Amino acid sequence: MKSTDFDYISPHTLQEALQILEQANGEVKIISGGQSLMPILNYRLASPRLLLDLQGIPGLNHVNISPSGTTLGARVRWVDIEEHPTLRASQPLLCAAIDHVAHYQIRNRGTVGGSLSHADPAAEMPGLAVALEGVINLVGPIGNRRVNAVDFFLGQLSTCMASNEILIDIELPFWPRERAWGFSEFSRRKGDFALAGAAVWFDLDKNATASNVHIGLIGTGEKPMRLISAEAKLNGQKLAEYMIQDVAKECLRAMRFQSDIHASEEYRRALMVEMISNAFAQALHPLKD
Amino acid sequence: MQVKMNVNGKTFEADVAARLNLADCIRHEMDLTGTHVACEHGVCGACTVLVNGEAVRSCLMLAVQAHDQEVLTVEGLSNDDELSALQASFRKHNALQCGFCTPGFITTAHALLSKEPHCDEDRIREVLSGNLCRCTGYVPIVQAVLDARVAYQKAGVL
Repeated sequence: MKSTDFDYISPHTLQEALQILEQANGEVKIISGGQSLMPILNYRLASPRLLLDLQGIPGLNHVNISPSGTTLGARVRWVDIEEHPTLRASQPLLCAAIDHVAHYQIRNRGTVGGSLSHADPAAEMPGLAVALEGVINLVGPIGNRRVNAVDFFLGQLSTCMASNEILIDIELPFWPRERAWGFSEFSRRKGDFALAGAAVWFDLDKNATASNVHIGLIGTGEKPMRLISAEAKLNGQKLAEYMIQDVAKECLRAMRFQSDIHASEEYRRALMVEMISNAFAQALHPLKD
Repeated sequence: MQVKMNVNGKTFEADVAARLNLADCIRHEMDLTGTHVACEHGVCGACTVLVNGEAVRSCLMLAVQAHDQEVLTVEGLSNDDELSALQASFRKHNALQCGFCTPGFITTAHALLSKEPHCDEDRIREVLSGNLCRCTGYVPIVQAVLDARVAYQKAGVL
């Protein structure tokens, strides 16, 4: 359980880091908090020749809240999100989901950019990036690239980021205060990876008709995704809990879920129906929480 | 690679391989064997130390990443033969049997109580959920941490 040998470099500017990436020809891994990468190295699932650490580069841990939205720097840690004085009011769904990320010690090191780059479909941050229609900013040798989160994730542990690019931050659109939202996930212990989780949000008009329905799924499929078919069925409706359960069941019927030692496919599918229902119940009855 | 860090109040310098994790550096280079290594992939919490006052898993951090930082291990929590309030509370409540996980629990609880000396049982359980103990069933550990809060509420006491 020791990693293979590698070189380590901790540059002080992005330009320096980009040059190193360019010269390393793909035989390099970027390390941020290392809370996903270090186990991978220790298991020797990856054996890079060089580790490039972002910790010495200033300006990557910004949390900017403005009327157009919220930007989270790549080096923002889970504990920074938890303890931020105003972020919870500006991005309540994000903060509720991040409360579930990992255990105490991990939360002091794990970062937004690390989790996005690692692209584990069972992790909260990639799921929320897609559910909230985030935009991910990358820098590379030919300049900046803005990528919609939905296009950023290609599959399990796979993104569209090139080996000579660095993830800088993620932008989340402005969140109106009256927006309805809910988050629910199930794991055997709080802080463990979720067997299933759902992040939902929508807007209600004066007649309690829902629009803009978003349902983000965590812990299923090859990559973080939204349940578009269910969103389409719920848009324009007066939402009731029985309806949500039926729609979720119907739309998840054909979807493939993982089956392993922790839970069968059937169990995971049933759990996801519950998580979606719970999240909608929270959204519809926020005062009960 | 050359690293320099402050460990339990003393400056430590060594030439280490880049791949050496902080836990192994503490044990093998500094001969501080109170920090225990078990799972080596961030699940069990046995290797918890404080870096700049925050609890981290030292198996998930490279020694070179701790360059110029402040590290506190379980050895740094007490003076020689004298138990800290938290350690004494663990003893009083029989919060250990084999003792392998204990340094990780002590360092984690120390970080928690230093920051949140008034935390409730739910919070203690939530924070300690990142540490595994295969002997006690956790009840006496939670009791010990609850009981030690009063010492941390008096400012400046370890």
